[in-house]
Amino acid sequence: MKNITTKLLLTASLIAVAGCAKKKPEELPPPPPAQTTPAMPEQPTGPVSSAPVPGSRADFLAQAGSDTVLFDTDQYNLDSEDTAVLAKQAAWLKANPNVHVTIEGHCDERGTREYNLALGDRRANSVKNFLVTNGVSTGQLSTISYGKERPVAMGSDEASWAQNRRAVTVVPE
Amino acid sequence: MKFFRLLTMAVTGLVAAAPLQAQIRVDITGGIAAPMPIAIPAMPTPAAANTAAGSTAALGRQVADVITNDLKNSGLFAPLGPGSVRPVAFNQVVSPDFLYWGGTGAQALVQGFVQANGDGTLTVGCYLYDVFARSEMTRQGFVVPPAQWRRAAHKCADTVYTRLTGEGPYFDSRVVYVSETGPKNNRTKRLAIMDQDGANHRFITNGQNIVLTPRYSPDGSKIVYMTFAGKQPRVYIYDVGTGTQRLIVQQANMTFSPRFSPDGRYIVFSIAVNGNTDIYRVSASGGSPQRLTTSPGIDTAASYSPDGSKIVFESDRSGVQQIYVMNADGSNQQRISFGSGRYATPVWSPRGDLIAFTKIGGGFSIGVMTPNGGGEKILTGGWQDEGPSWSPNGRVIMFFRTGQGSGKADLWLVDLTGVNERPVPTPLDGSDPSWGPLLP
Repeated sequence: MKNITTKLLLTASLIAVAGCAKKKPEELPPPPPAQTTPAMPEQPTGPVSSAPVPGSRADFLAQAGSDTVLFDTDQYNLDSEDTAVLAKQAAWLKANPNVHVTIEGHCDERGTREYNLALGDRRANSVKNFLVTNGVSTGQLSTISYGKERPVAMGSDEASWAQNRRAVTVVPE
Repeated sequence: MKFFRLLTMAVTGLVAAAPLQAQIRVDITGGIAAPMPIAIPAMPTPAAANTAAGSTAALGRQVADVITNDLKNSGLFAPLGPGSVRPVAFNQVVSPDFLYWGGTGAQALVQGFVQANGDGTLTVGCYLYDVFARSEMTRQGFVVPPAQWRRAAHKCADTVYTRLTGEGPYFDSRVVYVSETGPKNNRTKRLAIMDQDGANHRFITNGQNIVLTPRYSPDGSKIVYMTFAGKQPRVYIYDVGTGTQRLIVQQANMTFSPRFSPDGRYIVFSIAVNGNTDIYRVSASGGSPQRLTTSPGIDTAASYSPDGSKIVFESDRSGVQQIYVMNADGSNQQRISFGSGRYATPVWSPRGDLIAFTKIGGGFSIGVMTPNGGGEKILTGGWQDEGPSWSPNGRVIMFFRTGQGSGKADLWLVDLTGVNERPVPTPLDGSDPSWGPLLP
């Protein structure tokens, strides 16, 4: 018995060794001939930007152009420049019905404390009413007035005041 | 727990007072009076002792300093304070050296003493003398816990002030206001309270949320104010003693511009609903608000008359901000301001005789008018002076002044005749002051 087993084992070993023998590598195909097409001129490239995430603030700003409308002193009516911006805001909001925005009303520093809170509320509601009239669901819209508490421009001059008399449609980031 | 008693002092060894002649008096009716020279030496102590607020000897000097400061800041006195005159011995308190005092140029003299009592309290004695007549005009004694020694000094200053001017007292009072710091586009605002002279200052909110227009209750125990906590601008009522607060009403809309009624039972305030702001009142203990105005204009900044029967407020229902008066139930709304420019933030004097306001025209100024709109007088001329608040005696107005460009705001005072404009010392900037009641 012992002799047969040994033979078998030896035979198996020989076969195994034969199976591990390295194959001769194939010849690689020859390289393709060199390209002779003319080189394309280099296009200037900016930073690589991905498209804004739909429904995000960046998407809103890209589509609507602006989140802010401005007002004249003591006024809260919307001029044609404002309504053009707000029409685009309305379109975006209707296309993104699950996004809830807060419309902030702001004033310049040249009003008294309480009156400016009320005037900011008027401005925020002007914007809200326009959006609703243009088909945006009221459920998407909240308003808040900051009166004169949060200016964006720091000066005491006409240019600063004009920037501060504003309503901002704030989309969550 | 506060502990405070007024005593009529009976001191042994009292020298008989000289017969009373024509009494000295500060003439304030003319508007601008020459300040009365008044001497206030450091107060002696009958027995040197240490108290929780320092030694009675040191307190005697400090009390005289506080009285000197109060009388000087009123604009009606030219004090010779403890640093300018020699101190007095205890036995001179009821027996002044009138020859010496006459020589200083003083027309009136305040003397007193500070004594540590066996139960841990202090007694502050306060005597007012007519130097020329060589006679005593009045005396009072005040018993306080040592930590409240400044109140005794203010009470003494009030005794002197009322006796010589005929006006009501106001020095023993506190002020709540908005302490401000930081850049113009992102101010940090905190509620703070302090004595009217700036002492004993403490913050009561931490600056995380914008706070605006705090106003004291008539008894000084509560403050109503508006804050943007949770991005929901609403009025809260804050209990000064417990430090707790609650909403005055449940509202889906912005509530703001609150004030108490003089009996403390109501809070009048504004609600902005879909772009329209009106005035409402609600019970100070809670409940449903009662609407008082209905105009489509902005109606806000309401303030009660001292008898509680009327409310003065601002409205732009005519096109621009003007001042109106109505009955406390909202009836009979009448415009009272008809001058050129706009009128805002009206506040009824506790004496009932005047309404202070912010006049808008070019810049902002503080002005006063009678309750029927007459006698308009502009008191200040800063670039942007607004938000007046009356002292408890209706004599002095505190307001805030904003700097052009910087936007920095500070608290200021002015006499109702327009003189004696002076800043209020605060640790940071300040706005929206509300002068609390005279303390009991």
